[in-house]
Amino acid sequence: MKTRLPLAALAVALLLAWIVGYPLLMTLVESLGGPVGWTLGHFQRFADRPEEWLALWRSLWISAASVVLAALVGVPLAFLFERTEFPGRRILGALAALPVALPPLVGVIAFLFLYGESGFVSRAVQSSLGLEQPPWRLAGPGAILLVHAYSMYVYFYLFTRAGLARLDAALLEAAASLGAGRARTLFQVTLPLLRPSLVSASLLTFMTALASFSAPYLFGGSFRVMTTQIVASKLNGDVGLMQVETVMLSVLALLGLWAVRRADRAAGATGVRGVAPARRHLRSPLARAAAGVLGWLLAGLLLLPHAMLVLVSLVPPFTWTTEWMPPILQLSNWASLFAQPEKLRPVLNSLWMATLSTVVALSLGFMAARLAAARKGFLPGALEWLLALPWAIPGTVFAVALATTFGVSQPWLGRFVLIGTPWILPLAYLVRSLPLTGRGALAGLRSLDPALEEAAASLGAGRWRRLWRVVVPLLRPALAAGAGLAFLTALGDFIVSVVLYTYDTRPISMEIISSLRLQDLGMAAVYGVLLITASIAAFLLWGRGEAR
Amino acid sequence: MPPFLVLDGLDKSFGGTPVLRGLSLGVSQGEVVALLGPSGSGKTTALRLIAGFETPDRGAIRVGGEDVTSLPPERRRFGMVFQHYALFPHLDIAENVAFGLDARLGREEIARRVAAALALVDLPGYERRRVGEISGGQQQRVALARALAPEPRVLLLDEPLSNLDPSLRERTRRELRRAIERVGITTVLVTHEQDEAFHLGDRVAVLHGGRLHQVGSPEELYEQPATRFVAGFVGRASGVVGTLEPDGTVLLGGKGGPVQWRGTRAPELDGAAPGSAVELVVRPESLALQPPGTPGALTGRVTERRYAGTGTYYLVLLDAGEVEVLAGASAARPDDEVAVAPTDRGPAPRIFRWQNSGLSASVPVARSLR
Repeated sequence: MKTRLPLAALAVALLLAWIVGYPLLMTLVESLGGPVGWTLGHFQRFADRPEEWLALWRSLWISAASVVLAALVGVPLAFLFERTEFPGRRILGALAALPVALPPLVGVIAFLFLYGESGFVSRAVQSSLGLEQPPWRLAGPGAILLVHAYSMYVYFYLFTRAGLARLDAALLEAAASLGAGRARTLFQVTLPLLRPSLVSASLLTFMTALASFSAPYLFGGSFRVMTTQIVASKLNGDVGLMQVETVMLSVLALLGLWAVRRADRAAGATGVRGVAPARRHLRSPLARAAAGVLGWLLAGLLLLPHAMLVLVSLVPPFTWTTEWMPPILQLSNWASLFAQPEKLRPVLNSLWMATLSTVVALSLGFMAARLAAARKGFLPGALEWLLALPWAIPGTVFAVALATTFGVSQPWLGRFVLIGTPWILPLAYLVRSLPLTGRGALAGLRSLDPALEEAAASLGAGRWRRLWRVVVPLLRPALAAGAGLAFLTALGDFIVSVVLYTYDTRPISMEIISSLRLQDLGMAAVYGVLLITASIAAFLLWGRGEAR
Repeated sequence: MPPFLVLDGLDKSFGGTPVLRGLSLGVSQGEVVALLGPSGSGKTTALRLIAGFETPDRGAIRVGGEDVTSLPPERRRFGMVFQHYALFPHLDIAENVAFGLDARLGREEIARRVAAALALVDLPGYERRRVGEISGGQQQRVALARALAPEPRVLLLDEPLSNLDPSLRERTRRELRRAIERVGITTVLVTHEQDEAFHLGDRVAVLHGGRLHQVGSPEELYEQPATRFVAGFVGRASGVVGTLEPDGTVLLGGKGGPVQWRGTRAPELDGAAPGSAVELVVRPESLALQPPGTPGALTGRVTERRYAGTGTYYLVLLDAGEVEVLAGASAARPDDEVAVAPTDRGPAPRIFRWQNSGLSASVPVARSLR
């Protein structure tokens, strides 16, 4: 159906290009010394420094290893919950997706409290074995991979479950009737059919691990990957090198995005949908008990970080030293949150910045999605790319790009000084939120039957009435999910905040970091619990919306 | 008086592919016209042009003298029933039906009109049901009520029955016909089913390859098809190939021949010279099986016998082409040698120019004439 003027599309595309594409371009230009004195000098310095290549290599292998570990955890779990039936399967199956709702920084500090040198589990092991030293050190690549596996197996878990649910039972029956045993069916039929799901999950995990910042930042130490290398260059004040590193990381990410799109296209050609295979009921009481115990153990393991944060948040500063369990538990940390305005300040900061960025991201994302879905051609294609870009490109890159672009005043080039003002973080959050709101809306619009809007038009409804009475209500689940995710991401954001924050508008994540520095673990946990509560609340609300 | 709805020389192509070429059609006030054609014939595009979802590349659409060609759909005041009904899943039945009503009518008047529209389609009291709670047939009727409630100038139906179980289709068709008659609304419907078009349409327009082949009553289409396509698409028909004689009959060769069979000339044959290759298209009920050697009959072999309850169809391979004959259940068996001759039972055979393609017999013309 015909939709509005191309002028509106042009305006939205220009705005998106200005806040999404332009900063990246500026970073590239400045890394080449442009526009004042074009030079390859910064790239030459990058090439000459072995630690840069090392960081690049580490980013790659850490990401690849994260994919393998996440698959090793996520795929078997998906089979367990999708293909077998045992008591507690439903609730445990939902619980298994929980780590995805944990903001990365919060997950990292929870792991620190649990498995760090003076963490709960480490101490328990140390005291029960009577060791002099903590049994392990939570640092370096091992620690990073542990956190990645914990938070990213969810992608494999969810994608594989969805793939299994889409499987046509007749194919498995055909294999069985042709004499294939269970193992042969698994390796020659089921897994090949799951390939599109597994490829998508692998790419998603790879790109998330490539962009990961919190775990390398807190556990890496001198083990630097690209994201932490960029921030280190920034701290050293080496802007040129930082920009080159940013460009290199973007190139890696764009290669990833290109691979994702190719995989998506290939996955589009999968076969006809049939009836999903029935779950295998575990009959023997032993197997049922084993599955149940395994499931609940797993749930305990998954919930342990959350529980740990709650526990630590109740421990007053410097009261828990060598004991196995904290000797004093009280609400003093929570009380100080409300008693001291300086401690509440970051919460209020994060709330208003996340709200503002989400509202703008929702409307801008929806507009862009509607324009991209309505037509074919260059402009919609460009809009779709601009919506996908902040998803594919690591947050650190965007932080640097925004700092580069909005750190100088060149109004005729569309560059204004926003660094150091309260507006830079909401802008950064907005850019990072656009894929969440925009791509969700785009997918929703594409799956909407065009006849519904035509029906409304033939009943006399004009453009606005169609939008408010038909399109928006029908897209509400997709829009709500996108907005919820965008809000949570902004609320708990660390990755761009660490580069761009100002003291007056410091967000929750920065306060967590400074509490950790001051050894005020209780306060750090309080903020962590706040973020987790928001995530779980959104999760439950979303679940209720789904059920309706 | 000019027709109420006029389509005047509509052209439409998508990405360089023409889908509609010069469609002209007039629909009188209160008349029901069915657009009939196979998929890809352009019939759905024609309906979407009328509704205003697409704009024609050339041509005009007028309603009651008003040119609506470039009017957006929401200002045309045409009601449409969509193939998959397109009921709004987030609204209940009453809200769906009230969607096209002016809010300024006031709550009571809207409720009254919704009730009246639901009563018209025999669903009184369904106001508060959800779309997902009612059956496919009921959804179809709600879609009709929703389209009719705002009292549109023209009703458009896109394959209105294609989504229903065959068992439900005939009853729903009758109800649909009755509802349209009761409202007396000018209606254009699109279908690929001949039964549906014949039952619902006062007149039927046959489209093929983007062109209008014929408009007429069901009887006209069946008995005097204008083109070879219409003859084959509307009802069952088979063709034999021969040459045109000076007296207007067709000379057919091959085993049992030569014979001369009569037929009415299609308009395209005007001015055709005697001796031209022509195809005589015959309905199965216009042919009869005879003992071999009957004068005026062609001889061939029965290749297939198909019992269909009301009659039995025999495929007979003649040298002039393979024909389908309606006869008694025990008239012949497969592989029998039989003779086939025209009778005056059914519609007269129709004579078309011979085109060595399309739906006609695959027998080469040279062999049949030898």
